[in-house]
Amino acid sequence: METKNIMIVGVGGQGSLLASKLLGHLLLTQGYDVKVSEVHGMSQRGGSVVTYVRFGDKVYSPVIDRGEADFIVSFELLEAARYLPYLKEGGRIVTNTQRIDPMPVVTGACAYPEDLIRKMEEKGALVDAMDCLSCAEQAGSVKAVNIVLMGRLSRYFEIPEEKWLEAIEACVPAHFRQMNLKAFALGRG
Amino acid sequence: MKELMLGNKALARGLYEAGLSVASSYPGTPSTEVTEEIAKYTDIYSEWAPNEKVAMEVAYGAALAGRRSMCAMKHVGMNVAADPMYTASYTGVNAGMVIVVADDPGMHSSQNEQDSRHHAIAAKLPMLEPADSAEAHLFARTAFELSEEYDTPVIIKMCTRIAHSQSVVEAKERVCPPPKEYGKDPKKYLMTPANAIGRHPVVEARTQRLVELGNECVFRGVRLNRIEWARDRDVPEEDVPNAPRPQEEGLGRIGIICDSTSYQYVKEVFGDSVDVLKIGLVNPLPTTLILDFAHSVEGLWVVEELDPVIENHCKALGLKVNGKNLLPMESEYSQNLVRVVMGMDVPASVCLEESIPPRPPVMCAGCPHRGLFYTLHRLKVTVMGDIGCYTLGGAAPLMAMDNNLCMGASVSMLHGFNKALGSASEAGTVAVIGDSTFIHSGITSLADIAYNCSNSTVVILDNSITGMTGHQQNPTTGYDIHGDPCGKIDLESLVRSMGIERVRVVDPYDLSQCEETLKEELAAKAPSVIISRRPCALLKTVDGKKVVHNKPLMNDPEKCVGCRSCMRIGCPAISMKGNKAVIDRTQCIGCGVCQQLCRFGALVSGT
Repeated sequence: METKNIMIVGVGGQGSLLASKLLGHLLLTQGYDVKVSEVHGMSQRGGSVVTYVRFGDKVYSPVIDRGEADFIVSFELLEAARYLPYLKEGGRIVTNTQRIDPMPVVTGACAYPEDLIRKMEEKGALVDAMDCLSCAEQAGSVKAVNIVLMGRLSRYFEIPEEKWLEAIEACVPAHFRQMNLKAFALGRG
Repeated sequence: MKELMLGNKALARGLYEAGLSVASSYPGTPSTEVTEEIAKYTDIYSEWAPNEKVAMEVAYGAALAGRRSMCAMKHVGMNVAADPMYTASYTGVNAGMVIVVADDPGMHSSQNEQDSRHHAIAAKLPMLEPADSAEAHLFARTAFELSEEYDTPVIIKMCTRIAHSQSVVEAKERVCPPPKEYGKDPKKYLMTPANAIGRHPVVEARTQRLVELGNECVFRGVRLNRIEWARDRDVPEEDVPNAPRPQEEGLGRIGIICDSTSYQYVKEVFGDSVDVLKIGLVNPLPTTLILDFAHSVEGLWVVEELDPVIENHCKALGLKVNGKNLLPMESEYSQNLVRVVMGMDVPASVCLEESIPPRPPVMCAGCPHRGLFYTLHRLKVTVMGDIGCYTLGGAAPLMAMDNNLCMGASVSMLHGFNKALGSASEAGTVAVIGDSTFIHSGITSLADIAYNCSNSTVVILDNSITGMTGHQQNPTTGYDIHGDPCGKIDLESLVRSMGIERVRVVDPYDLSQCEETLKEELAAKAPSVIISRRPCALLKTVDGKKVVHNKPLMNDPEKCVGCRSCMRIGCPAISMKGNKAVIDRTQCIGCGVCQQLCRFGALVSGT
């Protein structure tokens, strides 16, 4: 199988590492070769963060380049727009509609662009946007946005739902399991 | 069992399996997790050292004693550790010693992007370069065996994309070699000029033997260097990897020499369609292997990040090669970069017409550095900066840092600045340095201030942890790498013992205290040290006690006039909605710094 590419983007501290851990675990148990690339350190302090998940028969590069991503999973709307150039033709963006102002917007140096979903769609991107924060709150914690997004993403994979649920059980602490399973179900819809 | 493993974790696992006994490191992105993972193995002694030089000497001492040892550092840490490393190359080791260095091309979390391969060449030490987690795991054991076979410390070079990428690894059992005895051998270990003169030829002869090893490719079953012939070469299955192909087959073909992540980018683009020489033993580089490979292809390329190390070696062998004439010296490579320089199409991609506002990293809500930095900004002082989270204070709106250079440099730069300008700068210039950075390299700089009677004001930002690299303990915290109680250096006593009498402690959440103290110490005609003390806002426990923050603040829209005074501290928990300040209650920890700026009482303590 040709290598498939999933980019996970968001704001440092939003929990993208758990999402990539879950995907890595799931795809490995499906028998794929997998590479996951993260950024640690300075970039985590509220900056823009990106994680690459690649899977297939044999994966070489640890990173995803422009025009290569089958999926961009975004925790925040502006970040989806930032990484739009990485989307493959016909690729899909699965995004949280939450808006977090970056410091240059907070200080008034820049404006937060409006109407991002429509603008991305006009560029040919398939955009599946949902209010993951509300779903996460409904599930029991604002921190479950990552699992809501995974639930949404799972709709576009042929991997059976129970495999996703098994991956969640393997990757999250037992006392958060019920909350995360609920978050996944709300995302998957 | 096969599992996904971070490159750094795989390397740690490999070192553990190979019988690692003593580990000493100073944290630094992207190397930190190697030692953090090692610390999880209870049958290895592990520690955070005050700096990389100390760590390397500790590891060297352990190897001398006959136990396998390691130290890990980021690329700039190797500059600090260079002194012992260059002479350890002469003495060699007893048991195996592995030095891990992690480069940061693209500078995700670094102040420069120097290429560590130059250190290996200059110190004449063998350097292995894994290209994924599995190879990091494999090369760990190989490094120890090479170290003992060739009597030398061995460097394993990681980079951000290898260190912080997960790929598939199969862990094995730990097998410890029998410990070696320590025996006195001054001709080998006591580097007086007379003895060192005797050791230098040993180093040169060792390098020649390692060149031969590189040519042969295989060491104890592990392929250090390997040729991957293109699919259409019709290579027999039992083929010797480095056997030269007949010349005529090379017509019109290109061959690519590459190492580390560059190998992955090349394979991503070409798969099995071109001939590839993958270098794993990057110092010393092979000779006949490269010549044979070059003569089997028509167009020779070298794809390597940063400096033209392999390329220059090829040129010294008299080869014509494409490399840095087309590829950049800067930053990380990628598959699209390879496609572009090789004249291939890149995938189509789209972007929005409007510009996307950048999202730089910021100091956290409640960061204890914020109050002090706000005061420095307000007093319009010149600030010599240093290395750590607090370097983020140089960004708008705080702009509380003029410069930075390397670990500990703020203190010595301040001394030099003040000696050059005298009273013109002494009352308006400070150095800021974190607690861990001060211990790392600031102490000797402060000794210069004390010794040479410098009228300088140094601010130690003591947040009770090494923050930037993800909360490692250090000698001022009183806890060791495992979080167990240990020795604790008292900063006030240390500074006083140097003869500096003016030592002040401030709470950076208290803006008026910060301002008064800074004014007094800048005016004083003596060296002074201000310790700005508050634990990092992200710490869950301090001194064994759970941290309880204040309730998040609330904005009273009736009182808020929209003056934006509270926006001057650049707190990510405060934003303007319409004409009113809004507090993000998920981020705010109630530090109260913004409250002190609001003249209208609009920011009220939470209930």
